[in-house]
Amino acid sequence: MATVQSKQLSARVGGFFFVLPSIIAIAIFVYGMIAYTFNVSLTNRNSASVKDIKHVGFKNYTELFADERFIHALGNLLKFTGVFLVGTLVSGFIMALLLEKGVAGEGIFRSFYLYPMAISFIAMGTVWRWLLNSSRDGDAGGLNLVLQKIGLGFLQNDWYLSPRGAMYAMAVPAIWQMSGYVMALFLAGFRGIPDDLREAARVDGASEFKIYRHVLFPQLSPTFLTVLIILGHISMKVFDLIIGISGKSYVTDVLAVYMWQVTFDITNFAKGASIAMIILFLVAIVVIPYLRHVNKTEREN
Amino acid sequence: MSADIVDRITHSTAPKKNRRQLSGIAQFWLIFRYISLTIILAMVILPIYVLVVNSFKGISGVYLNTAFELPKTLNFETWSAAWDWLAVPMGRTLLFVTQSSIISALIGSINGYVLSKWRFAGSNAVFMLFLFGMFIPYQAIMIPLTQFNKAVGLTGSIYVLVLAHVVYGIPICTLIFRNYYASIPDEIIEAGRVDGASMVRIYRAIILPLSIPAFVVVLIWQFTSAWNDFLFAIFLTGGSPKLAVATTALNWLTGSSNQVYYGKNMTASLMASIPTLLVYMFLGRYFLRGLLSGSLKG
Repeated sequence: MATVQSKQLSARVGGFFFVLPSIIAIAIFVYGMIAYTFNVSLTNRNSASVKDIKHVGFKNYTELFADERFIHALGNLLKFTGVFLVGTLVSGFIMALLLEKGVAGEGIFRSFYLYPMAISFIAMGTVWRWLLNSSRDGDAGGLNLVLQKIGLGFLQNDWYLSPRGAMYAMAVPAIWQMSGYVMALFLAGFRGIPDDLREAARVDGASEFKIYRHVLFPQLSPTFLTVLIILGHISMKVFDLIIGISGKSYVTDVLAVYMWQVTFDITNFAKGASIAMIILFLVAIVVIPYLRHVNKTEREN
Repeated sequence: MSADIVDRITHSTAPKKNRRQLSGIAQFWLIFRYISLTIILAMVILPIYVLVVNSFKGISGVYLNTAFELPKTLNFETWSAAWDWLAVPMGRTLLFVTQSSIISALIGSINGYVLSKWRFAGSNAVFMLFLFGMFIPYQAIMIPLTQFNKAVGLTGSIYVLVLAHVVYGIPICTLIFRNYYASIPDEIIEAGRVDGASMVRIYRAIILPLSIPAFVVVLIWQFTSAWNDFLFAIFLTGGSPKLAVATTALNWLTGSSNQVYYGKNMTASLMASIPTLLVYMFLGRYFLRGLLSGSLKG
């Protein structure tokens, strides 16, 4: 018995030894580098030529909140997030609802609904720039032409070139890409509900509508939460989509794009680091409670 | 992989109703569902349809107002032009993506094995700290990472991308393998242990041969995300044309100054997407599994 135990102990130590390289890598490249970035954000490294680097406290952060461009990018991000979250949630949910009971050819629908997740936004940016083209009426192409053809010509607009509506337009390709993912999550949710629940309600004489409303939908609230968290943190980081469609344009500026410009175009590392820390903060307030929740449910099982 | 979430998605559990005659209302809803599904299908396909039809219209045959129309003849001009631009970057991407995916899968497998079958004190905390790394915005590590690359002499080499994708791939790869190994009964490990097999021997003799599905999931996940990655590529290889990968080369081509070459741009976009689309077409199931792992849901 003693030898078995000591062998188990050595195996456990051995296990730790095998994971150690990854622990070190994550410690340095994730946590160490976040700490480094935070440190940079507290210094005066506001250009590549600063020689006398010193700490300036939270000066870079207070300056950011007085920076018109930063406030504009933050506002854009919030506008985008609102439309993207609601749009993707609703369309993904509808897709799942339509497929949930099973239809002939389900596999084909499902596969096509999900393919956008396999393509990069740098590639799809080319075609979305066309689809979201601002020319109208006689010269119209893209979605404006589609709207005309289906008799909704009055909805034609400037899409991502419109100063006020640009970020709402940007949410369209994002919804296009992520809806299939949300569908998959909801479909898993629907199909994880035991059939007995549905049958029992049916036996009790509940209408189909009531079964969905009072039996099935409440069962999906954990899925709903997951979807919100996933979409929320993706939205905070949106970058490729913006670059792929409109590049570094002012009307569609968001935090990730502004950070890139500040850091690499004008080498203001301290300011870039501050923006990066703000994106991290926005992601963390969404993700950390979720990770704790996942950890808790896992332990209970 | 809890009770196989992908199976749950792909197999409808609804009772088959075919034998029963559908009532009028039920028939109406069925037709309504098919019409809705088809309209959504058309909307989802639209962008890729535009890319495909315009890629055969030649260098100067692509116009905004006819973008939805089928080509009159099949013209491959833009394919050869796009190939000239993308062949080298795509080759380079394939090379680095293959390397980073294989290394990531091996690391993930070992981590997953230990964290599911040979837990040590604090292993759960370690796993949670790993997971957070999966969600961080990479802007928060980009400045020190470029300095690190410079300090170790990696700048100017494609290995900056191998390093980035391997290191920042550790969380998701570990997660996928850990969940997969959790579904292998502990008794198998116990039996090996009673026979006096060591941890490494059990891994090689029992676990590794069972791991092929998880390897496929991780390999294609890492392949797709590294192939489609733009953020690391633009930050770490900067403006260097000799390190251009598929996404950065494409971005230089289609970026605002080159927008006049519509046909070539569209074809290049399609061409750069072909590898990941092929993976999706043939291994979609495994791709879906990777995708769902990213939501910590299976």
